[in-house]
Order: sequence, then structure tokens, then C-alpha cells
Amino acid sequence: MSDAIFMVLMAMLGGAIRVSTPFLLVALGETLTEKSGRINLGLEGNLVLGAMIAYATSYSTGSPWLGVLAAGLAGMVLSAGHGWICKLPKVNDIAVGIAFMNLGTGLAFFFGKPFIQPTAPRLDAIALGAWSSNPQVQQALKVNPLFFVGLGLAVLLWWMLKNTRWGLIIRMTGDSAASARAMGVSVDRVRLLATSAGGFFAGIGGAFLSLYYPGSWSESLSSGQGLMAVALVIFARWNPIRCVWAALLFGASGALGPALQSIGFSKGYYFFNAAPYILTLVIMVLSARSQKAAHEAPGELSIVK
Amino acid sequence: MIKANTKPRAPALEALHVSKSFGGNKALDDVTLKVDAGSFHALLGENGAGKSTLVKCIMGFYQADKGQLLFSGKEAQIQSPREAHALGIGMVYQHFTLVPCLTAAENLVISRPDTPMVIDWAAERAQLETFMETMPFRVRLDAQVATLSAGEKQKLEILKLLYLDQRFLILDEPTSVLTPAEADEVLGVLGEMARRGEVSVLMISHKFREVTAFCDSFTVLRRGKFAGSGDARNANVAELSAMMIGDAGVRPPAIREPTVPEGPELELRGISARDEEGRALVSDLSFNVRSGEILGIAGVSGNGQSALVELLSGQRPVARGELRVNGAVFEPTRRNFDRFKVFGLPEEPLRNAVVPRMSVAENIAFRSFDKPPVARRFGLISPAGIRRRGAELIRQFNVQTSSPDAPIETLSGGNVQRSVLARELSGDVDILIVSNPCFGLDFASVADIRSKIMDCRNRGAAVLLISEDLDEIFEMSDKIAVMSDGRLSDPVPVAQTDARRVGNLLAGQSGLSAPKPDRA
Ligand SMILES: Nc1ncnc2c1ncn2[C@@H]1O[C@H](COP(=O)(O)OP(=O)(O)OP(=O)(O)O)[C@@H](O)[C@H]1O
Ligand SMILES: [Mg+2]
Repeated sequence: MSDAIFMVLMAMLGGAIRVSTPFLLVALGETLTEKSGRINLGLEGNLVLGAMIAYATSYSTGSPWLGVLAAGLAGMVLSAGHGWICKLPKVNDIAVGIAFMNLGTGLAFFFGKPFIQPTAPRLDAIALGAWSSNPQVQQALKVNPLFFVGLGLAVLLWWMLKNTRWGLIIRMTGDSAASARAMGVSVDRVRLLATSAGGFFAGIGGAFLSLYYPGSWSESLSSGQGLMAVALVIFARWNPIRCVWAALLFGASGALGPALQSIGFSKGYYFFNAAPYILTLVIMVLSARSQKAAHEAPGELSIVK
Repeated sequence: MIKANTKPRAPALEALHVSKSFGGNKALDDVTLKVDAGSFHALLGENGAGKSTLVKCIMGFYQADKGQLLFSGKEAQIQSPREAHALGIGMVYQHFTLVPCLTAAENLVISRPDTPMVIDWAAERAQLETFMETMPFRVRLDAQVATLSAGEKQKLEILKLLYLDQRFLILDEPTSVLTPAEADEVLGVLGEMARRGEVSVLMISHKFREVTAFCDSFTVLRRGKFAGSGDARNANVAELSAMMIGDAGVRPPAIREPTVPEGPELELRGISARDEEGRALVSDLSFNVRSGEILGIAGVSGNGQSALVELLSGQRPVARGELRVNGAVFEPTRRNFDRFKVFGLPEEPLRNAVVPRMSVAENIAFRSFDKPPVARRFGLISPAGIRRRGAELIRQFNVQTSSPDAPIETLSGGNVQRSVLARELSGDVDILIVSNPCFGLDFASVADIRSKIMDCRNRGAAVLLISEDLDEIFEMSDKIAVMSDGRLSDPVPVAQTDARRVGNLLAGQSGLSAPKPDRA
């Protein structure tokens, strides 16, 4: 019995790390965007487009890391579009975000058709479990480098928002556009840049999906991670470090179903697979009630105003 | 930016023959303002006289249509606030421009034009501490600005200008958010600095006391025109007020008529409310306001007064307790406001009582647009009716606006206030709840609005007056209570107390009645 529990826990740990990576990257992108005062709901589009571009690039060049870069760039271009349209007068960032979500997935499906069949070189994992003779531990600790990229990014972002001029300007723009303008900051440009950078991160998140886990390009690749990441940002209260924990929690809940299945426990399989979605709902309800979250939200967000 | 070796050097500024129109409305007409180096200059005028417009032209917010600007004797063309900052002209606006989510230290550092790419907080902190050493007042550097009191924010705004080495300071009604003691402290310090020749200050103010006590020269505007200037130290109030309003004359002070306490009554029973984080805002408030009576609630802002008004106007849920009007339970909804004839003027009307982008007439119609005579049959809304009624009230309450269709946010602060009063006082009033009704108003409007409130009382309304201005409380009230830390002292007839006893209560001491137990 304890063996089974160990197996489930190990599978969940491995799963948490694996599943959380795209969540983390998208959430960090969204955090950066929202810190500047805009919501980009289109990051789901970035994720899918990023996945497709990464796969296609890796397939044609043979280098998965080039694929990652291309995915980031594609995400950046897509989000720059969002940022550019949102600076037109009387445009609602949420509506534009939904349009860009569809645009991103649509582009990915359109250009991605020829890449559904072929196999592209994938990203290699780093085996951190070599010290252990236990195959479960070894399996769980096979970690993709992009996870560490996400961790590094989270720390960097956190540090940047506190300790750099850009960081302060982004927070200022996100909290009080009027003050930022009074200081001669171009609010639209700050938001355009923050949204684009955020789009880059989300694009990388897509590369993880197609180049590592599940590890191939198909139209049903993303199951709404991009959208759930937005919920995750609220849960993490716009703090990049808390994004890591929140992503791991989402990841673990996503890994619950497969982990239970791995020990032959298949009752309620679909229910456990729905865990992340249920968690999203619960989190939304809880954070809507949490006045603390309302307190820490950037003052310029259209949902807060 | 803090150069230890900068010599104190106050600049002089002259704005010559400035004119500025908004559409057809001449906000400034050939105005001349001269501020000598090292002087503390007051800019006076009625609401809507053009004071804010003039200083915004100096700051480069607006471009004057005509006129010339001399800064330290040299002609200056200022196209934007940034250029003004570069010259060393800084301004504290009527509203705060600090970023709420940043700390005081972050606000200061980011306001510099040369903030380094990577901020070395240890070094910056040390530098800020030394800067603070030389400053006459302090603020907590690590506190998030959102958590600072209004007084601290105002100090921080001024510190920011000095930190940026701006030596010509423009302050637009800087003391309206401060307690009298805080105001004296801030103005005293600025006066000192001006006298030492370190800064020149141009201050917009409505308070004669401050002008004669702290300033050394003044300029008066009337309806966009220059109306006079002179030496503030030996100016007298009658002379200043005559310059401000011309021949119009002020309404005589409100007359308190004897009333019979019979009729509408507002009653609060054990009312408590909490803020978003669950801290008590007001606890266990129980009092009643009788017909024909003004209950004045004194208190330093932030002691639960705004929460009380929000409770009464339905903006905040009542956690515990009961509201009653005329003995019946009163739930603050629009329907009940009409049924019980409850009216009110909340503080910061631009935020709490109007829709800034809707027109003046529409804002005035909020309480009546769906009822006859303004609405037509079947509850159809009649824009023409709204406009007609609006125009009528605008005339009656002397609101200065270019047209009833102008968005209310383009009105000067005092006129927004008057528009709301026009809406709230135009009908038959049983219960009136007013919070700082004369905030930011010129003295003529103050007299006007106080007498309107007094009229209301004389006609038998129960009036709850919440104010930070003790003079106002004593002038208007029949009974006085003091709010401190969310609790209210027992109301006492005005004849049985005096300013000293109320002052003691304000400071949280006993004196008027038995002290209330402290909050856990
Ligand atoms: N942006 C604007 N658009 C149109 N009209 C304006 C604008 N700003 C000011 N005005 C008008 O110019 C006149 C002067 O306004 P201003 O704000 O300068 O008055 P003020 O002297 O500062 O009054 P207060 O003491 O109430 O602050 C007013 O009639 C006002 O309606
Ligand atoms: Mg003004």
C-alpha cells in the first residue's frame, strides 16, 4: 500500500513539474502584461501557435532549441499585435484578447496541417534522478530544461519589478496611468513592450507542449492551459514567485488522474482529469472573495476598475 | 539629483497677459501674475475663477492662447510638464499623483529623470535618508503610498518636488486634505524655506487665514480676469473678499430659526461595519438626528466618517445594527431614498456622486429623470426635459458651466459640488446627510451652501453634518459629537461644549463625555 502511495506521489511530483511548465511560462507572461495594466486573454493563442511553430521549426532545421526561439518570436509578434490594437482609443483589451486567442489557434491550425504526421526532434530532459536506483524517482526527476528557464524567469521578473527602472515604470503604468503620464512615461509604449515580452514567454510555453510533453503537434494539444494561466495569475496575486507555486499546484492536480491510473486506479478517471478545471473554478471563487487579491491587483486593470 | 553643493536659489516667475479659452469659454483673459524670487505667493479667486487653469498654463499642461512667461527674468516657452520640470518648476496637483502601489522610496526614486537602469537600493536608501535628514518633515520611506494618510501623501508630494531639486513650487489647494495642525506645519516650513531664499512658492488657496498667516504677497483673479495683487501680510480679509467677488456681496450668514422637534427622524442603532480586510471601520454607532436639528460630527479624516456616509448611502453593507427613518427600518436603496426623502452630499463628489463624463444636466437629473415632471408618460425619458430642468437648477444654484451639456468633469471643483447640491436640495428634503460640504469652496460659496443647509433644517429636515472643519461644525450644529477611531462620543448640545473640549476629543482624549472603551 505504502508502495502505491509512493508511486502516486512520485508520479505526481514528476507530473507536477512536467505539467506545470507551460502553465508557469504563460502565467509569467500574463503577470508581466497585467503588471503593466492590461489583460491579454490571447495567450492561449500564443501557446498553440508557439507549439506549432516550434514543432515546424524543429522539424525543418533539426534543432529543437531553434524551435523554442521561433515559438517565442511568434508569440511576441502575436502579442505585439494585441498591444498595438489596444492602444487605439476605446478598444477593450479583453475583447481583443479573445479575438487574438482565436487568431493564434486559427493560424496554428492553418499552417500546422502538414506537421501533424511527421516526427520532429524533441527537447532532451535533464536526468536529475541518476543518484537513485529507483526507476520511479528517476522517471519523476527527468526535468525539461524549460522548467528551469521558467524558474529563472520567475526570479528574474520578480527581481526586475523591484530593482530596476523598467520594473518600477511597469508597475507605475499598471497602477496609475495618470501618474505615469504626469512623469512623461508613454503608457501605451510600456504596455506594448510588456505585452510583447509576455507573449514571448507564452510562446515558449507552447514549444514545451509540442517538443516535450505531450511532445508532438496536434490540434488538440492545448486544453485551455493558456486561459487557466490567467486564473493562476490572480491566484498568485501578480507575484512571479507565487506563480511558480501556483503552477506547481495546477500541475500536480493535472497529474493526479494519470498518476492514479499508473497504479491501476481507474475509477473516476475522468473526474480526476477534470481536477485542474475544478481547481480553476475553486480558485476563481476563492480569489474573488479574497479582498487581499483585490488589494494587490494593479489599479489599471479593466477588471479591477 | 540631490546635489549636496547646490546653493539655495529661488527663481522668480512672471506670467504676462495670459489668455486661455476652452471652446467659447474664456477661462483666462489677459491675466498677469508676478512671483518674486523667494516669495510665498498666494493665488486667490472664486471657484471657476481660472486659478488652476493659470498654473496649468505655466506648467505646460495647457498652451496659453496668448501671453508670455518669464522665468528668472528670461523668456521661457514651456510646452509640456516635462519641460517645466527641467526648468525647476514643480507642481502639487489638487489630486495626488503618487503611485499607490509603490512605496514612498520607490515613488521618489522613479520620479527622477535619471533613475539608473538597475537600482542599488542600499545606496539609494542611504541617500534618501540623508536627504530626509535635511528636510523639515518626514514620511515613512518603506510604506506603500496607498497606506499613507492624506497628510503624509501631501508631505510626500512636496518632498518629491524638493528631492527633484525643483525650486519653484506650485501648490494647488495643498491644505484642503490636511488637518489644521498639519496645514500649519507644512505651510510654516515652506514659508521658512522661502524666507531663506531656497524656494519660491505659488499657492492656490481658499483659506484667508492661511494666506495672511503664511504668505507674503497675493494675486486675485475674478472670472478669469486679474482683480488685484498686493502684500499679504497686511491685507485684510474684507479687502481680499471684495476683490474676489467684486460688487456682488456675500449672503449674510445662515440664520438659525427655532424649530419644533417633530417630524422626520434619522436613527442609527448599534451600527458596525468592517473594511475589506475585516478591520472594524465603525463600531456600535447609536444616535438619532431629530427633525429641525443639525447633528455635527467632528473628527479628523480617516476615523470612520467616510464609512458612515457610505453606510447611509448604501455604498457599504451594514455588518450589524439597524438604520431607521421615522421609526421604520430604512434600507438605503434608491426607492427608499425617494420614499423617505433622504438626500445627501458625499465627500469627493466627483468620485462619489457624479458620472464625470455625463453632462451637467444629466448629472443633476439623476434623482428625477425617471419621474414626472421630467419623464414623460410610461416612464419614457425626455432629454429635453432633463436639459430644461438642468438649466433651471444651474441658474438657481449659480453653477458656472459653459452649457448644461458640458461634461461635469470639465467644471471647477466648487461647481461640481454645487451641481450635486442642486440635485439634492431642489426637492422636498426630510433627511439630509452631508459630508464636508464646503471642501475646496471659495468663501462666497461656503456662505451660500451653509445657508442652503440651514434653510433645509429650518424647514424641518433632520440634518447629519460630517465635517473636518471645526468652525463649520460650531457654526452649523445644534448638537455635536466627535468621531474617533470608528466610535462616536455622545452628542452634546452646542451650548454645552466648546472648541477646546472637542479638540481634546479629536485627539482621542476624554472631555465631552465618558471615554469609550478602547477597541481590541
Ligand atoms: N479642460 C477644460 N475644458 C473646458 N473648460 C474648462 C476646462 N478646465 C477648466 N475649464 C473651465 O475654466 C474655468 C476655470 O476653471 P479652473 O479649474 O481654472 O477654476 P479654479 O479657479 O481652479 O476653481 P476651483 O477653486 O473650483 O478649483 C471654469 O469655468 C471651468 O469650467
Ligand atoms: Mg482649481
